[in-house]
Formats: sequence, structure tokens, C-alpha cells
Amino acid sequence: MTKEVIIEKINDFLIDEFEVESDDIAPEANLKDTLELDSLDFVDLVVAVESNFSVKLVGEDFVNVESLQDFYNLIEKKLS
Amino acid sequence: MKRVVITGMGIYSCIGKNLEEVKDSLYNGKSGIIYDQERKDFGYRSPLTGMVEKPNLKKQLTRRERISLGDEGAYAYVATTEALENAKIDIDFLKKNEVGILYGNDSTAKAIVDSVDKIREKKDTTLVGSGAIFQAMNSTVTMNLSTLFNLTGVNFTISAACASGSHAIGMAFQLIRSGLQDCIICGGAQEINKYAMGSFDGLGVFAMNLENPEKASRPFDKNRDGLVPSGGAATLVVESYESAIKRGAPILAEIIGYGFSSNGEHISTPNVDGPSRAMAKAIEQSNLKPSEIEYVNAHATSTPVGDTNEAKAIVKVFGENGPYVSSTKSMTGHECWMAGASEVVYSMLMMQNNFIAPNINLEEPDEDAKKLNLVSKTLDKKFDVFLSNSFGFGGTNSALIIKKL
Repeated sequence: MTKEVIIEKINDFLIDEFEVESDDIAPEANLKDTLELDSLDFVDLVVAVESNFSVKLVGEDFVNVESLQDFYNLIEKKLS
Repeated sequence: MKRVVITGMGIYSCIGKNLEEVKDSLYNGKSGIIYDQERKDFGYRSPLTGMVEKPNLKKQLTRRERISLGDEGAYAYVATTEALENAKIDIDFLKKNEVGILYGNDSTAKAIVDSVDKIREKKDTTLVGSGAIFQAMNSTVTMNLSTLFNLTGVNFTISAACASGSHAIGMAFQLIRSGLQDCIICGGAQEINKYAMGSFDGLGVFAMNLENPEKASRPFDKNRDGLVPSGGAATLVVESYESAIKRGAPILAEIIGYGFSSNGEHISTPNVDGPSRAMAKAIEQSNLKPSEIEYVNAHATSTPVGDTNEAKAIVKVFGENGPYVSSTKSMTGHECWMAGASEVVYSMLMMQNNFIAPNINLEEPDEDAKKLNLVSKTLDKKFDVFLSNSFGFGGTNSALIIKKL
């Protein structure tokens, strides 16, 4: 899966499932603040990632994830 | 002791999605019962049910708010929104005043089955998602609505089988009467889905007129053969008379009696003594004579034994040919955990609009029902006081008396 496809898939589920405004989607956007995702939403991010990429994330995976770019990178790394 | 009044109400039921629609259905004796093929395929003996769809709340609530709401919570949200509007209470009032919530609910079967199925499939609890736990707990309605409406007062769920909604109103009445709270949102909710009622159907107590679903629920009729399950939600805003006057609220009626009892006998077969004691206690508290009660909204679910014993209990308390009696379950089916609250809303709509809704499908009353003053056709009649009965498994009984101010 190319990086572009990964980004597109993530952006799609953030907009469709998490109802993030498409204008707020930017690599530098902070997942918690800009995208208004709270601790419970991170559980649903794990579900969405498993459903879209067949990859199971755990809490520790998010330790260094602050921006959306960090999140793209995390998924790319998990898939490589 | 403080006087307790009703200042708002809302309803989401199989005979209408708001007060106006429900009022028309009640007046016209419209049934909300359908044949549900999904239940038949699932293995139900009787696939008849009242039916409402889960409301689409995408415009009103955020994703975070919606994913914690199961079917019964969504129904309750719609009914409560209408009740608060009706009571002229806005979110600003809720933030500034200590308003509580007491709601009747006694199952969350679909939420539990769906989440456990997901965990079984994935073999991973995380993948059930974050909303599952808040949908699956029995207090799902009160935990969600207290959050959505910024409620800061009393907050818990009353589980008392098919008397849950009635006891919730009764508890709200007691808390306000004693001065512990000024304003409480109360009511009852009931999920509608094939998981919730399968084991109830298994007891063989559901009506079997599959050819004519609308004729299946026939309380007090000689040829009744069982109940029809149903659901939705009903909400009432209950507050102290002083609180209602202070904020210029519309006062719809006053709650003047709440009687409760337990049969102390069989787990499912009702008796005569328990319900009659609940009615007598409510009447005693109301300081009215039995002859002053003008209408009884019966619990009567259309089961052979239940209706007979309630008829005997009503005769024991009121004598033969006493107040007008009808069971709105003839139209709605048995709304179970919601019924005690919805039937207060139905009776309130009748009292406000000067009619008594018919006990439809009553073609030939049985020997005990003949002693009641049953209303089988819509009666245009002004009345000022009614009593609403609700009974449940385990022999729990509740009777509420409500009077026009």
C-alpha cells in the first residue's frame, strides 16, 4: 500500500466516521486538539485502523503520536 | 410536604413520534402493531410487535454523543427533547439549576448481544469500540441523558420490570414532595428488537393472531390470547409547584398519589391483592374518595390471567361499574419498561383534550371485565382525575393518581 493510499484511507475515515471537518485535515493538525479526539476516540481509532488496514494498534503505539503526520507515519511503519 | 406538578411531556411510540401524532392515534383508536418477519425468521412463536425506528440524531448530536446511545437511549432523547420544550426548559436553565433524572429501563439486550458478538468474532475486547459499554449498561438512558442535557441533580435508573416507568415517576414525586429536588426529568424507555423479547416470547404468552396484527392485543376481551410487545420512550418533567410558578412554567397537572406494593407470590402470575393494595394506597394519599377517580388507565396487557386479576382488583377498590376503564395497550401493545410512563402521557393527553381513548378490540368482555365501566369506543368526555396502573414480573405494582389543576 502506497503512502498516498494510506493517507487517503485515514483521511476518509476521519471525515466519514469521526466527522472531522475536511478543512481541519492537515499533516500538522494535532490529533487531540485540532481534531477534537478524546481518550475514548482513540479506542475507536484502533477499531478503524483494524478495519481499514487489518493492523491492531495498542496504547503504546500512540505514545509519540501527536500530529496527523505522526499517525500516517505510524500506520505506514506498521504496514511495512 | 410540597405539591408536585407535571410541566412537560414527550413521547416516541409506535402510535406516534410526538404528542400531536399520539393524541390523534389515541382519539382514532389506531393500532401500532405489525408482523415482524425478522422475528419469525429468528424463531419467535409470535412475531407481532409495536414498531418504531431508531431516530437519526446526526443533526442533533455529535458522533461521540451518538455512539454511546443505544436504541432505548435514542428514543428517550427524542421524548425528552420534546418534554423539555413542552416545559419551556432550555439548556441554559439546565446548566444553572439542579435538575435530576430518574428513568425506568430494564434491559439493553441488543447492545449486549451486538458487543459480545463482536468480541467473539474479533477475539479482542478493544475492537468492540468505545460506545459499547455505555449502550450496554442498564442505566444507559440516565447516564447518556444526564450528560447530554447537563443534569446535575439526582441521577439513576429504576428497574422494576413492566412497572419501571411508573415507579420512576413515583420516585420523582417522592423526592420533590419531600423537598430534596425541585425538578426531575422522569420516564421510561423500552428497546424494540428481536433480542430483547425472545425469552419473553418463549413463555408462550404473546398473542397469536398473526393474520390480523392490529386485532391481536385485546385487553379484557373474552377471546384474548396474550400480549404484544412494543416499545419507545416517554418523558415527563416533574417539579415542585413553587418551582413551576417561579419560572412561569405551564402546569399541566398535579401528581397527588403514588401507591406501591409487591405481591410476594409467583414470579410471573399476578394476583388481586397486590394491585388493589397499590391502588388503595395511592387513593389514600390523594385524599380523594374512590368515586372521585374518573378514569383508570389499566395495566391490562391482554393476557388471560393478568386482565382478569386486574379487573377483580379494580372492582375490589372501586366497586362494580366504577370509573371509566380502558387499556391503551390495545393500540400500543405492551411497552414494558416504558409503559408506566407512556400511559401517564396517554392519559394526560386524554385529560387535556377531553376524551377517553378506546380499549380497541373489545368485542365481548369476559365475566370479570363485565363488572367494569369499560370504554370500547372513543368517549368525548371531560375529566379531571385519573389513576394509572402498572404491574411487573416479581409482583411489583405501582399506581399513580394525577389531577388537573
